[in-house]
Amino acid sequence: MRSFYGITLDSPMMLGTAQYPSPAVLAAAFQASGAGVATVSLRREAGGGHDFWALIQDLGVRILPNTAGCHSVKEAVTTAHMARELFDTPWIKLEVIGHTDSLQPDPFGLVEAARVLCDEGFQVFPYTTEDLVLADRLVEAGCRVLMPWGAPIGTGLGLNNPYGLRSLRANFPDIPLVIDAGLGLPSHAAQAMEMGFDAILLNTAVAKAGDPAQMARAFARAAEAGQLAHAANPMEPRDMAAPSTPVLGKAWLS
Amino acid sequence: MSDITILGAGVAGLCVATELAARGLRPVVVDPSPAPGPQACSWWAGGMLAPFCEGESAEEPVVRLGQGAADWWQTHAGCVSRNGTLVVAPSRDRAELVRFAQRTTGHRWLDAQGIAALEPDLSQTRSGLYFADEAHLPPRQALAALAEGLARRGLQVTTGAPSDGLVIDCRGLAARDALLDLRGVKGEMLVLRCPEVTLSRPVRLLHPRHPLYIVPRGDGVFMLGATQIESGERGRITARSLLELLSSAYALHPAFAEAEVLEIGVDARPAFADNLPRIRRRGRMILVNGLFRHGFLLAPALARMVADLVLHDVKPEVMDEDRD
Repeated sequence: MRSFYGITLDSPMMLGTAQYPSPAVLAAAFQASGAGVATVSLRREAGGGHDFWALIQDLGVRILPNTAGCHSVKEAVTTAHMARELFDTPWIKLEVIGHTDSLQPDPFGLVEAARVLCDEGFQVFPYTTEDLVLADRLVEAGCRVLMPWGAPIGTGLGLNNPYGLRSLRANFPDIPLVIDAGLGLPSHAAQAMEMGFDAILLNTAVAKAGDPAQMARAFARAAEAGQLAHAANPMEPRDMAAPSTPVLGKAWLS
Repeated sequence: MSDITILGAGVAGLCVATELAARGLRPVVVDPSPAPGPQACSWWAGGMLAPFCEGESAEEPVVRLGQGAADWWQTHAGCVSRNGTLVVAPSRDRAELVRFAQRTTGHRWLDAQGIAALEPDLSQTRSGLYFADEAHLPPRQALAALAEGLARRGLQVTTGAPSDGLVIDCRGLAARDALLDLRGVKGEMLVLRCPEVTLSRPVRLLHPRHPLYIVPRGDGVFMLGATQIESGERGRITARSLLELLSSAYALHPAFAEAEVLEIGVDARPAFADNLPRIRRRGRMILVNGLFRHGFLLAPALARMVADLVLHDVKPEVMDEDRD
């Protein structure tokens, strides 16, 4: 496993904590997934959400607070400050939303906020697109982890632009990359890990499943399968069939 | 057996008192406020008796235990409307409707014609799910009816101290001092007057981020609910919640934009970690709590269980603690 700002995680699974039917189901999903990181939103529960945050802390996993719901640099930076105080962690998943409906990141605000937060000593996990130039700017700003989307948040469409993601992976071999958002099925997780991504972060696909714990387990196994496959150096696809047993000596001329 | 004190005159306390009284006991209900009112979170409830719809996110006991609620309320409070529930979604969120149908039972699909036949004002809606066997009631009227029913038997809600006998604690979130694993789940709701819209049954509008229900209260009045936020805060509606509730209502019918806002309600529901209710016995104390968003739906079943426990020592299925 690659290290995220010096922290090596046992599992490539990171799970969100929103939208579960109950805190008990949330805890069961975490247990089933083996996830080592929980993302938690500060804005939604702001003002009296301390009970919920205590509950997340009780999960016993590393907490990655996020700035979900922030539409401006100022909001995101303020939320990051609150998060650092509340959870006593330099980690922040930076979301600067540019489009209300698709929740697509605002690349310009993202870079600006990343620069501010990195300068202040935060360890920033920016929620970004697969755009190479944007990725470059984020790394320049000080980010040492990137979180490209698979597809827009909550869509469950999987890896929408495999070419772009492959290219991102190839261009940033030394930066830990986490596929964040858009995963709907365990096969999407396997695909991401096969492509060499370092972790996956998901929420809706697990929280909104009929049986969240079982879906969490399914994602964890798929992610592990993909991870093993990538490490095992998969064969290259080829256009022509190549029989795995030699045809020489068989009576194939008759 | 006559020395029974019930703490709390919210939906749980009044249902337990009514059930015990109906079985010949004479409980005393003690509450700092002598009449049902805004201090109880059931005051702000939607009053949907919708066990099948709740099955979308609630566990099986809610669906099963909730099915006797409409009959119980009709017997003890009257005022139950048995017109079912309509579940719809904006056309771009039809996938939500399919998912809702997969997770629930007791419904049938309706097309535009079917919806228009039930709710002519929603004739723009192309498809929906109809839960024919569900019901709704006006919560405040129902609570008042239970209090009046008790008063007719000479059982007043008092502000006095509990007696030495059996105490049944139905204080909801206030019982956190005794139930350390109880938490609050904040809910925000609105009451609107919109004479332009007529609905005969609760309508649920599905949305991936902001699901909403609208319960008609008659005379052009509607209850809009409800947010569900992990917080024990009992006041303060946020602009975000207000926006979400109102824009969902507007999406259901544009005439809601012209509605008069009569009331904004905020409170916290008492819930355990799995959002299922519990009955606990500790010596001469029985605690009934954790009804979450299912106060009116589950209180009758819990009241029966409490009565069976008190009268016949039948252990309730939702009892997870029984000690001296």
